[in-house]
Amino acid sequence: MSTNNPAPEAPVQESSVQMPPARKVPAKQIPALEVRGLVKDFHSGGLFSRASVRALGGVDLTIGKGQIVALVGESGSGKSTLARCVARLEKPTAGQILVNGINVLKRDRFQASKEYRSQLQMVFQDPFGSLNPVHRVEHFLTRSLTLHGKAGTADELRIRLDQLMTTVGLTPDMLNSYPHELSGGQRQRVAIARALAVEPDVILADEPTSMLDVSVRIGILNLMRQLRDRQGISMLYITHDLASARYLADRIAVMFAGEVVEEGESLDVLANPAHPYTRLLVSAVPDPARTGSYDPADRAALRAAVMESASCVFDGDRQQRCSVTEPVRHLVGNAANRHWVRCHLYRPTAAAAGHALSSDPSASIAADGSLTESKASA
Amino acid sequence: MTVSQTSFGSHEPVLEIKDLTVKYRGDTRSTTAVDRVSFSIGVGEIFGLAGESGCGKSTIANAIMRLLRDPAEISGGSIRFGGRDVLSMGSEELRRFRWQDVAMVFQSAMNSLNPVMTIGDQIVDIYTTHAGYSRKESLRRAAELLELVRIDPARLKSYPHQLSGGMRQRAVIAMAVALKPSLLILDEPTTALDVVVQQEILAQIKELQHELGFSVLFITHDMSLMVELSHRMAVMYGGRIVETARAKHIHTAPQHPYTQALMGAFPPLTGPRVPLTGLPDGVKFSNIADLREVSPGHFVSPLPVLQGAQP
Ligand SMILES: Nc1ncnc2c1ncn2[C@@H]1O[C@H](COP(=O)(O)OP(=O)(O)OP(=O)(O)O)[C@@H](O)[C@H]1O
Ligand SMILES: Nc1ncnc2c1ncn2[C@@H]1O[C@H](COP(=O)(O)OP(=O)(O)OP(=O)(O)O)[C@@H](O)[C@H]1O
Ligand SMILES: [Mg+2]
Ligand SMILES: [Mg+2]
Repeated sequence: MSTNNPAPEAPVQESSVQMPPARKVPAKQIPALEVRGLVKDFHSGGLFSRASVRALGGVDLTIGKGQIVALVGESGSGKSTLARCVARLEKPTAGQILVNGINVLKRDRFQASKEYRSQLQMVFQDPFGSLNPVHRVEHFLTRSLTLHGKAGTADELRIRLDQLMTTVGLTPDMLNSYPHELSGGQRQRVAIARALAVEPDVILADEPTSMLDVSVRIGILNLMRQLRDRQGISMLYITHDLASARYLADRIAVMFAGEVVEEGESLDVLANPAHPYTRLLVSAVPDPARTGSYDPADRAALRAAVMESASCVFDGDRQQRCSVTEPVRHLVGNAANRHWVRCHLYRPTAAAAGHALSSDPSASIAADGSLTESKASA
Repeated sequence: MTVSQTSFGSHEPVLEIKDLTVKYRGDTRSTTAVDRVSFSIGVGEIFGLAGESGCGKSTIANAIMRLLRDPAEISGGSIRFGGRDVLSMGSEELRRFRWQDVAMVFQSAMNSLNPVMTIGDQIVDIYTTHAGYSRKESLRRAAELLELVRIDPARLKSYPHQLSGGMRQRAVIAMAVALKPSLLILDEPTTALDVVVQQEILAQIKELQHELGFSVLFITHDMSLMVELSHRMAVMYGGRIVETARAKHIHTAPQHPYTQALMGAFPPLTGPRVPLTGLPDGVKFSNIADLREVSPGHFVSPLPVLQGAQP
């Protein structure tokens, strides 16, 4: 199998017969979550410095009701920041967040209301940091349940707790454990159970399965799908695992340097990646059949294609004109897949937060006297 | 006692673990997290450790580093490093052992950075304390180190919370290789990284490894990655090793049902979407028997049916 050049696939509808096909969202239906032009600047540098980094450079993203959208992309590209802004843990610099059609930044001006938290829950990227070490597992779940009026009587609570634990594949006796007594994967499941306790409309899951072994991971993915199918929960699934994104999500959005650069039906995006970064990403998926095939030269060529914006495959297309100044979207392939890619000629004006691919850090070194000096002596 | 959970060193082992047993003692119950585990890692070898979440991988790593605290207790077995008995090292020897001989990237790497110190100061600290370099020299090396893991050296001035999850993880990896240890333990080192960066970091680790000849104990849930990177690997379940062999062999011909479940549970990147189940519900393995060699270098724990036939 060569992931470098994925073989063209049969049209999506036909190839996914073995699983329920991706849900089509009727055009008029109000999406569960809609993010418009979201910008987030972080203050950077020292206490008195005015420097800032742009973590999100105007992100648009829509999740239909009962839809699962996977957000993949470069580490440091702003995926967690996007989720944290939507969860109202971070104040966006600009843009709108609409949940069930309501602009939540207007409704709850300063912080997320309780109502908002019962609509939308987040599973954090880091299960070690997100569970307070002084409490037992039971506390986290009970608290979520009580806070949102789901606890019921003592007996009902006991049953709910046991159910939640079983749902995420833990044994009820672990309710008595402290976070430090759990393995990484066990903690991750507690975090998922905590979000589920609230029975929200939308779950933002930031790498919820990164620490689980594959056979358990599949269980959690199936669980997420079930929650969608049975309870209509909409989800944003942030992951670095492209195969699981393809397995679970209806659509995949690819982030690069603070922007979504490509989005479309999952199978189609991975089979026909259009943006150079998506292609780079797909080509780097580990594949045991390909041991030792990492070629620095190939990598450098792909990387260069991502970094330089000299050409766009749509350049010269009369139907879909390119633009250097506007982030125009080109439609890729069959319109039914609503697969689009951002024009690669477009150059955002504000530099996004430094990202891993920029192999020439000289600009920032120049801004730092001491480093320039030590560099010179190197 | 039978030859339990035998492993084989292709050449001179740098690390040798024999019958290691670790228990977590609780007020009411005590868990045997690691149960008579044996394996060895050769000089310059990359050894992968895979398995169920909660099967004891991190516990083994912590045991090697002598980092286990109450209520954890090593109740049996031995750990030898370069012929020295790790479990009987004194505090001074241990300090050197931990930084210069063995370095570890923790599973909670993202959290193991000091939140109130800049990344730069933390790396400089390593060099000034453990290598005796001047501050200026340490700073120069710190910048180099960040570049190695593709973080802009301007980030030396950043605090951990100002970095993305993946950047923090890369910073920690950089710190671990700072002193060029002879054994590097990587506990889920790349879970927070995108595959492009992951591949590059692992290529760098491999390159460094080739150059400096250190050995690697590599723990990950990413089986594709493990097979791609490791020479040999072991699969654990419930505190025991159920299978160990060359990584290629485990990939192409997994023998134990748990290994087979692991290998069959990663969704494909091409073709139709097919539902996968992982380990079928309710399947649990217990009383995992000692390993038996099924073909040269390939050891598998026999299944219960076969167990009866054992003496
Ligand atoms: N509190 C903060 N202060 C300053 N910069 C920040 C802060 N939080 C995030 N950033 C920066 O914003 C950018 C995006 O970070 P974010 O954590 O959203 O990335 P990510 O896509 O989730 O990455 P990963 O896949 O590694 O988790 C990074 O450059 C990061 O350094
Ligand atoms: N301090 C502790 N007290 C009691 N039990 C513990 C403690 N630390 C770990 N355990 C238990 O020991 C077992 C092994 O844990 P360990 O962290 O080694 O697993 P792991 O293989 O690294 O899992 P993962 O892949 O999820 O990180 C787990 O079942 C865990 O619940
Ligand atoms: Mg993140
Ligand atoms: Mg672990």
